[in-house]
Amino acid sequence: MDPVDVNILGVQGVYILWVLTAVSMFFFVRRITKIIKILNRARPENRFDNFKERIVNFILYVLGQKKLFGERTIGLPHFLFFWGFVFYAGSFWWNLLRGLIPVLPIPYSDEVGIITFALEIMGVLVLLSIIVAVLRRIFFPPQHLQQSFDAVIILSLITILMVTLLLGQGYKGTIEASVWSPIGSIIASGLSVSENTAVDTFKAFWWIHIISVLFFLGYIPYSKHMHLLASPFNVLFRNNSQPADLTIKSNSEDIGSGASKWTEFTWKDLLNSFSCAECGRCDRACPAQNSGAVLAPRVILHKIKEQMYETGFNKNGNGIHEIFEDKISKEELWQCTTCMSCMQQCPVLNEHLPVIISMRRFLINQGEVEQTVQDVLQKITRYGNSFGQSDRNRPKWTAALEPKIKDARKEEVEYLWLTGDYAAFDSRLQSITQKTAYIFQKSGLDFGILYEAEKNSGNDVRRIGEEGLFEVLRDKNTQQIKKSKFKKIITTDPHTYNTLKNEYKLSDNGDDVSIRHYTEVIDELINEKKITFNNKLNIKATYHDPCYLGRYNGVYEPPRKILKSIGVTLVEMPRNRAKSYCCGAGGGRIWMEDKTPVKERPSESRIREAAALKDVSLMVVACPKDIVMFQDAVKTTGNEGKLEIKDISELVFESMK
Amino acid sequence: MNNSILILIEHLKDAIADISFEMLGIGRKIADSFNGSLHAVVLGKDINKFLPELGIADSIFVADDEKLEMASPETIADIIKSIIEIKGISITILGGTNTAAGVGPILSSKLKLPYLNFCKNIRVEGDNIIVTNQLFGGKILSDVKLDGMKGIISVNPGSFPSDAGKASKVVPVVEIDLSQIKIKNYFKKYIEPEAGDVDITKENVLVSVGRGIENADNLSLAEDLIGVLGGAISASRPVIDQGWLPLSRQVGKSGMTVKPKLYFALGISGAPEHVEGMKDSDCIVAINKDPAAPIFNVAHYGVCGDLLEIVPSLTEKLKAKKG
Amino acid sequence: MNFIVFLKMVPDVIEELKIADDGKQLDSDWIRMKLNECDENAVEEAIILKEKFGGKVTAVALDAPELDDALFNALAKGADKAVKIIGEWKDVHSPAIAEIFAKYLRDNNLIDNQTLILSGSQAIDDIEGELVYYLGELLNLPAFGVITHVDYDSGQNSVSLVKEFAGGLRGEFSSGLPAVLGIQASENPPRYIPIAKIRAIMKSAAIEEVVIPPDGLPAGTTIEKMFEPETTGKAEMLDGSTDEIIEKLIGIFSDKGII
Repeated sequence: MDPVDVNILGVQGVYILWVLTAVSMFFFVRRITKIIKILNRARPENRFDNFKERIVNFILYVLGQKKLFGERTIGLPHFLFFWGFVFYAGSFWWNLLRGLIPVLPIPYSDEVGIITFALEIMGVLVLLSIIVAVLRRIFFPPQHLQQSFDAVIILSLITILMVTLLLGQGYKGTIEASVWSPIGSIIASGLSVSENTAVDTFKAFWWIHIISVLFFLGYIPYSKHMHLLASPFNVLFRNNSQPADLTIKSNSEDIGSGASKWTEFTWKDLLNSFSCAECGRCDRACPAQNSGAVLAPRVILHKIKEQMYETGFNKNGNGIHEIFEDKISKEELWQCTTCMSCMQQCPVLNEHLPVIISMRRFLINQGEVEQTVQDVLQKITRYGNSFGQSDRNRPKWTAALEPKIKDARKEEVEYLWLTGDYAAFDSRLQSITQKTAYIFQKSGLDFGILYEAEKNSGNDVRRIGEEGLFEVLRDKNTQQIKKSKFKKIITTDPHTYNTLKNEYKLSDNGDDVSIRHYTEVIDELINEKKITFNNKLNIKATYHDPCYLGRYNGVYEPPRKILKSIGVTLVEMPRNRAKSYCCGAGGGRIWMEDKTPVKERPSESRIREAAALKDVSLMVVACPKDIVMFQDAVKTTGNEGKLEIKDISELVFESMK
Repeated sequence: MNNSILILIEHLKDAIADISFEMLGIGRKIADSFNGSLHAVVLGKDINKFLPELGIADSIFVADDEKLEMASPETIADIIKSIIEIKGISITILGGTNTAAGVGPILSSKLKLPYLNFCKNIRVEGDNIIVTNQLFGGKILSDVKLDGMKGIISVNPGSFPSDAGKASKVVPVVEIDLSQIKIKNYFKKYIEPEAGDVDITKENVLVSVGRGIENADNLSLAEDLIGVLGGAISASRPVIDQGWLPLSRQVGKSGMTVKPKLYFALGISGAPEHVEGMKDSDCIVAINKDPAAPIFNVAHYGVCGDLLEIVPSLTEKLKAKKG
Repeated sequence: MNFIVFLKMVPDVIEELKIADDGKQLDSDWIRMKLNECDENAVEEAIILKEKFGGKVTAVALDAPELDDALFNALAKGADKAVKIIGEWKDVHSPAIAEIFAKYLRDNNLIDNQTLILSGSQAIDDIEGELVYYLGELLNLPAFGVITHVDYDSGQNSVSLVKEFAGGLRGEFSSGLPAVLGIQASENPPRYIPIAKIRAIMKSAAIEEVVIPPDGLPAGTTIEKMFEPETTGKAEMLDGSTDEIIEKLIGIFSDKGII
């Protein structure tokens, strides 16, 4: 029963198949070629290192579909869509080959027992998944899920494919029963048709199926379903080090000047846009978007894709406008807090942040950033700190401490402690830094600081797009650090932690210098029994994972272990660990004016989340900027007296007294 | 040495500026300690009406000519130079204002005499005249001796009591001979400040904000406060420069001079240019994070604290008391 | 048009100002220099005028610590030339500085009838903005301080200027060229130049060095004594908890009849 052996309007089936295939392949290849040409015109980037890491990512996130399980309901269905697609695609090419070349001595895929079985079972599972997906889209669609025509087409297409296969098998089953065709047999038992009708109907379903696939094949590169082809490569070429390390490995000279149009991004930046399946997970997670701001990570990638489509297919690249003229507003770019929740959630591992930062680099190059940010950048340039105070004021927080903290510029120390700007200069935070010093001293830690020589680490400077200033700060700090003799580095601020760990090259021989957050050090000290707790606190509290400590660098356990040791019962917030919700200070936002009215600031949303926990009146943090942001939010949400914000050091200190 | 002192009288629009009386007062004091004479020079258009108020001087030099309205500092310097040469003046005192700006340096250059500005005190010590002037925005003071008791001094408004310079006595008037003076005038017209909604010089209560307010959003704290306290919001220069409030609200050297019953300074450091504009307020209360802020030298009451914390609570308490 | 901008490095008062042991000058160990803020505005105004009316901008300054950064910054903003004046003078004040600048201009024949000389209207060590007037007098040119707006009429070869007075009042003045302007605030706030651009300029451009001998400079006035003002403020400080402070404030307000 060769389905290709038909005669439609006097033409042999095989010829029709050839024509249809040619048409489909024509559209497919043409579009794919154009897309590849676009990628070629972008800036180069070396994403061909770390082979092992890339293969592991491919296995986990493409084959394993791991990120899809991050949201409820849709994980398993999409897993089945993926594997169903892989399997059916395989079966399709097999059948197409056989169909186009009848003389090939191979059977059709559904003439092989085990394959038939798999096709049928897969078909049922996929259909069930379709039902779940459709019900979800109609009755409980998550916010920002794009209900587009494309989505309707793909769901309909998949349904048609499964139904045509199963029904076809059903009609076939009325002619030849097979133990390998359980579903077909069930359907067959409900049919009563003549053999000729059965054969014709079977062949009809086969043709509908093949034509649907050929149509879909040609359609993929014109729709959001490009993600099927692009995302496996997107995952393969993603860097695990991004965005903790924003260095772009490229020999393009202009890379530091940022991007204002699609041609100025790297090919990997552009690949993000093609890989986007418009699921909206990034928008759902984005603190800017949730606070009512315009910024939506998905839209950023989409607008770049739009510009590519509008201007990328003509021969000459001239006359491409800056993307800020009509697609992406400068305002929305500055709304990003760089919390990386978007990247954390994205199932195709898109790298939204490097794209946003590239555009920020361009704007900074043009001097197009608000005055308050300019002022801070100038303060950092001149004084080495964002507070605009003389560098001589940096060590003032140590004045009252006895004994005097070692000067690591002159003496060898085991631990070199870099506090960061906020912990040293902000009058609200200095007492916390003093308590941290007390903890270190009481536990016999051999530590020292750089006194006036420490400069702003540059993490947020880089993330605001001032690459040149970042390099100056990094070089100056590195020079000073290399001159000192120490074994490990401690940081108070997770932002300092992030850039020192991932973006600074502190050793000449390529070995890693040990960078620890103070919570990691305190945890270690507790384990080594170097800290004695004279009173356990016996309270319930919740803990906020700072973005740059948790999501960026995976440090979740040490703070929790510390809290346990001091008798704090931890009640987790719904959004904890990798799902922790940003306080809103990152990406230079803490330097910006709160000009655009928002529904609810990210910090306020977080405070409400904490306040809603039963019997919890304390939120513990491990980042100086969190204290500042959350203490303000406690007031503006009217939670004064109901929720207190404390740093881990304060609690450990209390417990040690 | 002739022991005579010359004061350049300042007037803006239709009134003698207060600084003129300050200068006349200290000029009289210094002249008297040497048995010297005190002279005033008034230049401009329609200025004869000012003469009766200048009775504390021994004589007044006048040039009333419409070409002299807002005349260039070179011209004023030329006129003063001619008086100095005719009369043998030893010390010329000018106001440290934008109006008189330039006269001192140009005169100093022409006569090769020392020019000391931003002075807050002039005193006699034996045979010497010692001038105390402010450096670096008032952070440092220096005492300078006027060699040979000859020189040009410009006085920081608010340094001396203006009452000491007021007297209505009829005094000889000398017409200045302008025939040898090449009058240079580049002035075209005045640009009035935009009709501000509020005239802060007429308010009884001013809540004044400075850099410590941090950003425009926090202005609402001040607004809420005047909602219960009454009055209006004024500001120091940095706030006006940022565009958070219009020019009509500026207090200080380049802004208005105010004397309300209550001047509540929030986050204002107290730089001399600002203090000049509010030092005569009845009651000055200042909140500033910096215990060494110069504002505490001029305030009657001070709070070293965070205005962002204190002001909202103050407003709450005042609302409660009212309602 | 020919724009010449004079810049000055001044002590940064963010740092503590300490008086030297002899009580007559500042302790130089503690001083850090920075570009006078008003001069930054003067550079910006010159660049804006060049962008509007064409011409060339030259930034000139006396040698001082960290001056190079300020000059490269001016070049990065669009100045065409940067000049550093070197010489053996010490502690010069406005009259002497003006003399040096005037010598530089005269010796090099830099003033023509399309020249505008700009500088900051004031500096932390020149609060009254004398420099501009000394310059004008030495060069026999009209000088205008506290300028916030400059417009040029090429037909008349004249500039229209707005100067600030007290109380929000402003005055409009008009002058032919050449002239000396003391800029209080530029049309737009000084533009931000990213560090990358400054580093690039440091590689591609050079600062010209010119030597001016220190002869014939007017001597400054001799300072008898330098001292800090009494910090014992006359304010009665209110302390206690926030609530206590507020109660005291309310007490003061009601005593004065405000509430």
